[in-house]
Amino acid sequence: MNISHVKKFVMALSVVASLIVLNSCKPQGPAEVSTGDAASKVYVAPGQYDEFYNIVSGGFNGQIGVYGIPSGRLFRILPVFSVAPESGYGYSEETKPMLNTSFGFVPWDDLHHIALSTTKGEHDGRWMFANANNTPRVARVSFKSFRTEEILEIPNSGGNHSSPFITENTEYLVAGTRFSIPMGGKDVPISSYKENFKGSISFIKVDPQDGHMNIAFQLRTPGFNYDLSRAGKGPSHGWFFFSCYNTEQAYTLLEVNASQKDKDFIMAVNWKKAEEYIAQGKGKVEKVKYAHNTYSEKTHSATTKMEEEVLVLDVTEFPDIVYFIPCPKSPHGCDVDPTGEYIVGSGKLAAMMPVFSFTKLQNAIAQKEFEGDFDGIPVIKYEAALHGEVKKPGLGPLHTEFDEKGNAYTSFFVSSEIVKWNVKTLEVLDRVPTYYSIGHLCVPGGPTAKPHGKYVIAYNKITKDRYLPTGPELTQSAQLYDISGDKMRLLLDFPTTGEPHYAEAIPASLITPNSTKIYKIEENENPYVAKGEKEAKVERKGNEVHVYMTAIRSHLTPDNIEGVRVGDEVYFHVTNLEQDWDVPHGFAIKGAINSEILIMPGETQTLKWKPLSTGVVPFYCTDFCSALHQEMQGYIRVSPAGSNTPLKFSTGKTESQNSGAGQ
Amino acid sequence: MKRLLYVPFVLLLACGQQQSAGTETSVAEAATEGGQSTVQDETSEPDVVRVAVNSPVHTTLVAALKGAEYVDALSNAGPFTVFAPTNEAFDKLPAGTVENLLKPESKDALRNILEYHVYVGVIKEEYVQDGMTLNQVNLDNVTLNKKDGKITVNGANVLGVVKASNGVVYVIDAVLLPPEKK
Repeated sequence: MNISHVKKFVMALSVVASLIVLNSCKPQGPAEVSTGDAASKVYVAPGQYDEFYNIVSGGFNGQIGVYGIPSGRLFRILPVFSVAPESGYGYSEETKPMLNTSFGFVPWDDLHHIALSTTKGEHDGRWMFANANNTPRVARVSFKSFRTEEILEIPNSGGNHSSPFITENTEYLVAGTRFSIPMGGKDVPISSYKENFKGSISFIKVDPQDGHMNIAFQLRTPGFNYDLSRAGKGPSHGWFFFSCYNTEQAYTLLEVNASQKDKDFIMAVNWKKAEEYIAQGKGKVEKVKYAHNTYSEKTHSATTKMEEEVLVLDVTEFPDIVYFIPCPKSPHGCDVDPTGEYIVGSGKLAAMMPVFSFTKLQNAIAQKEFEGDFDGIPVIKYEAALHGEVKKPGLGPLHTEFDEKGNAYTSFFVSSEIVKWNVKTLEVLDRVPTYYSIGHLCVPGGPTAKPHGKYVIAYNKITKDRYLPTGPELTQSAQLYDISGDKMRLLLDFPTTGEPHYAEAIPASLITPNSTKIYKIEENENPYVAKGEKEAKVERKGNEVHVYMTAIRSHLTPDNIEGVRVGDEVYFHVTNLEQDWDVPHGFAIKGAINSEILIMPGETQTLKWKPLSTGVVPFYCTDFCSALHQEMQGYIRVSPAGSNTPLKFSTGKTESQNSGAGQ
Repeated sequence: MKRLLYVPFVLLLACGQQQSAGTETSVAEAATEGGQSTVQDETSEPDVVRVAVNSPVHTTLVAALKGAEYVDALSNAGPFTVFAPTNEAFDKLPAGTVENLLKPESKDALRNILEYHVYVGVIKEEYVQDGMTLNQVNLDNVTLNKKDGKITVNGANVLGVVKASNGVVYVIDAVLLPPEKK
């Protein structure tokens, strides 16, 4: 708070104080919030827990942030699509395959959206899903270990933006291409967009038991941009809705050329119908190449499988799968209310918002109330599917979340505000400013059939003067508002990392009882595990040296290694023998050009190191583990290439000073 | 700071009864300042609002933006193409028009007119093509014409073009009046 803030604050307080004095002890009006009230509403006392986990996309950091609500405290950054030298994710031999793609190893991506698994439309606390926008992929992260367990590349996609939205029982998650592209790597002029460019929507089946993902089929769709999506629920279960922009099919200066039409589309997809066609064998097999990476908690290792086929349904050949609903102008958000009846289209350049009715949509389809077609796909008459318009709600509507009382909360980027409105009556009920320029927003359970309500969180795009400045690059600002009453009330500013796009919040009670504390050492199936110090060893295979190392408070075994030569590839396979919650060990060696590794209790992780020159090189534990953490160190001796220094290793063994002197 | 928080609390306790104090707005006032237009920044290039504020011939427009409470919105990242009528342009309207529009009960009408002067997106001069239409924030179209290098919008002459940090300002010699709503 700067000086002027302080002065205003003091003045506000003295007004409050004098009011109280003037009114003596007379009862005040309705219980309204005072300055201290906001603080108490977000205050989580030391040692107490937050009520909600806030699972926040990291945007350009490729990671997921885990925060507590209402405190806004950051608990962890989960590496998903980006390497994390902090833990060794993407650097350790075990985790490197997670980032394999058909393009090779990709160390970064742009993570935009979160989808938490649901059963019967309600949060079930099993998995978080996330999309990679740049090199198209989806990821599944475990709510037990908070680790990325699976990454699936999406073929035939130009950029995976409308993803990973899920159906009500997590039957499918979707991956819709933001950019249409010529399929099959065709070498064609960019100006042949209308002729050659196509969209692609992947339906990814999620195994109900273990969560494993597989592309069930892809829909080949007309060439324009697919932005965001939501599945139907309740009565609209079986349908998916996608916002589409650039129906002008522009391929240059979209800023101007993709804003020509008054209306673009919401695409309604009858995925149960698509399933039927697939079951009838109507899908065409296309040859593609994409990586499917899975992490095993048994081996503590990831493996990559390169897949080579995908089933494709061209929607223009099956006209009862897809329908277009006109939606003004360049719609961004496309959100379905908890009842599944209403679909909110947010034309990001429009000063109104249409709300479509699923019932009316079904009637319009049955009555063929079409205004025409696009590439043979029926375009439903706008009014035929329309429940109504929210008039003059604000400028630049982007996204809508819902509470448990029939209200919607829409973010407005241009007018920098959240607007609360009633889904049925379309009446605007309240508005609050955000600081500044809100993008996504989150109500706990907001996209589910049973919202938890209580708060709405604004994830803003512009920070400017909200916090102490840190040069040109600033943290991102979020704001927490209380929505339990009729009026939204600002409670808290909190900084977030990366660039949050979508986020979800889930009651902690659904997560905490299942959280992994340790990995059982006896269940460790890593091929390089050492399940006790007696199994620690060093083996040479040609120029590969494998160190089976153990770590336990407060030493590494072995901690003296000799017989390694310049030009060798040394693999430190470090097993953490601890079986105690929150006692990770770390491992780092001087000159390693990759990272450290953090090893959780019972786990094995491997760091590869290539010594480039002779000498004795220290290594040590990087995670403060005990009172003797500083003693947790070792040495590896590097002899010249071709030397005959014998391979040996030990811990706690002392020898005379001149023995083992090389050459 | 923290100690101050206790002042009203202590007074309340002195009353010996539970009651709430303060007003509904105190949280917002304590926690926030104004919107984006109040950010103190003399280093960055001026945004479209500051371009207008810094212009001596746009005082009426600035008053209108304030009346419509659109100052913060146009200080946003945008990007915007703003058609900015001069004071003389506003003076050409029938007597009393501006005064009426600035009345609180005319806010919707004022906003509609101002929204008709703003396009979300940057249309640089070189992108302007003769006959080009732009769908403005209020969802009505304006038509741009370009003849012999001279640009007009709905027939109003463009007197100058000013680049701003969050868009571009076309200074025009007439107020653009949106078509009557059907």
